[in-house]
Amino acid sequence: MPKITYIEHNGKSHVIDVSNGLSVMEGAVQNNIPGIDADCGGGMACATCHVYVKEEWFDKLPKKEDGEEDMIDMAHEPNKFSRLSCQLTVSNELDGLVVQLPEKQA
Amino acid sequence: MIDTDVLVIGAGPTGLFSVHQLGIIGLKSEVVDNLDKIGGQCIELYPDKPIYDIPAIPVCTGEELTKNLIEQIKPFKTNFHLKDRVEEVKKEKNKWLVKTSKGKEFKASSIIIAGGVGSFEPRKFTIKECEKFEGKEIFYSVKDKNFFKNKTVSIFGGGDSALDWAIELSVSSKVQLIHRRDEFRGAQANVEKVKELSKQGKIELLTKYQLNSIEGGSNIKSISIKNEDGNIKKIETNYILGFFGLVMQLGPIVNWGLNLDHKHIPVNTKNFETNQKGIFAIGDICTYPGKLKLILSGFHEGALAARGCYEYARPNEKLKFEFTTTSKKVQSRLGIKRND
Repeated sequence: MPKITYIEHNGKSHVIDVSNGLSVMEGAVQNNIPGIDADCGGGMACATCHVYVKEEWFDKLPKKEDGEEDMIDMAHEPNKFSRLSCQLTVSNELDGLVVQLPEKQA
Repeated sequence: MIDTDVLVIGAGPTGLFSVHQLGIIGLKSEVVDNLDKIGGQCIELYPDKPIYDIPAIPVCTGEELTKNLIEQIKPFKTNFHLKDRVEEVKKEKNKWLVKTSKGKEFKASSIIIAGGVGSFEPRKFTIKECEKFEGKEIFYSVKDKNFFKNKTVSIFGGGDSALDWAIELSVSSKVQLIHRRDEFRGAQANVEKVKELSKQGKIELLTKYQLNSIEGGSNIKSISIKNEDGNIKKIETNYILGFFGLVMQLGPIVNWGLNLDHKHIPVNTKNFETNQKGIFAIGDICTYPGKLKLILSGFHEGALAARGCYEYARPNEKLKFEFTTTSKKVQSRLGIKRND
């Protein structure tokens, strides 16, 4: 099972086995990782599952679809490595992915 | 004090359909919602976006869905209390007493919480020093545009609210529009207008910047904005407007003695009652094994919760199951006249 590393804003790191096909957001929510709210449940409608993808991973991810960048406008302190974790589907290619969580989601 | 059978909190699709289900079994309801219009997330977050999974409606927008639901509950002449929020809920004898932020009071035998994921509030700037200027020199909405006349206003955001106000205020104020990237998500016509005004020098467009700090004592003197490469630019300003959309806050719901699980309210799946007798929760705000955050699930939950409310509103009566297709009683509640 792919391993995803979630690093909280305070530096605390969680390495989680997440099944293929789940989103990076679901992997966090199902494992009670603090720092991902996912208010809308994965609909790209709230920007509260915002993560900063580790630089070396950013270009390996599938490109953003229409609407994701628009929602990131509303996220808490976005930067050029910002993604919405509900839009990142876990697969073998993502094994080892590292995402950092913002200080807060809203 | 408004006396009713059921107080519905939230005027999104789930709340609206629960009004219908209450109405056809003969219960009166009143609806309170924090937003200024009916429709909840459908109208606030995606009025123009298509929805493809409403049964028997291949496609409709959030706005169309809302319009149809309003039409469907018209016969019940339900009162909507908009721009108001339920603050206090307490039990007295076998009734729930409810107070809103505007001071309205309701007495109901049960409550249906169809509150989405809480109430919408504007997303704020994240910088600590913003707090002391909020409401004085930093705003998240415009009440009176004359307030900004002949002043310098820095507007942050890339959606239609930011663009609309940049265009509007550029007539009589000095406007700086600051956005974190080059693309704007607002309507094309608005984007073009802003670019045109920028060419004419009526709006100063500063893209790829975000707010970094605020300088000033009791009044804002200037702000620093920072781009992704870390370059900082200092600009003078009198007022700051931020338009970053809305965020959902659970708000006062946390004080009503309800069990909570990650911002959601656990319910049973018989009638979606919470741990508090007579308080039901439906739609996105409730949780149970297998819960799906779909509008159609909210409709189902509303139908069952309405029957649950009946037991509190008419404790001595037995509810007979009836179809809208054949029941005269139900049809008369819907205002339908039959000639048979």
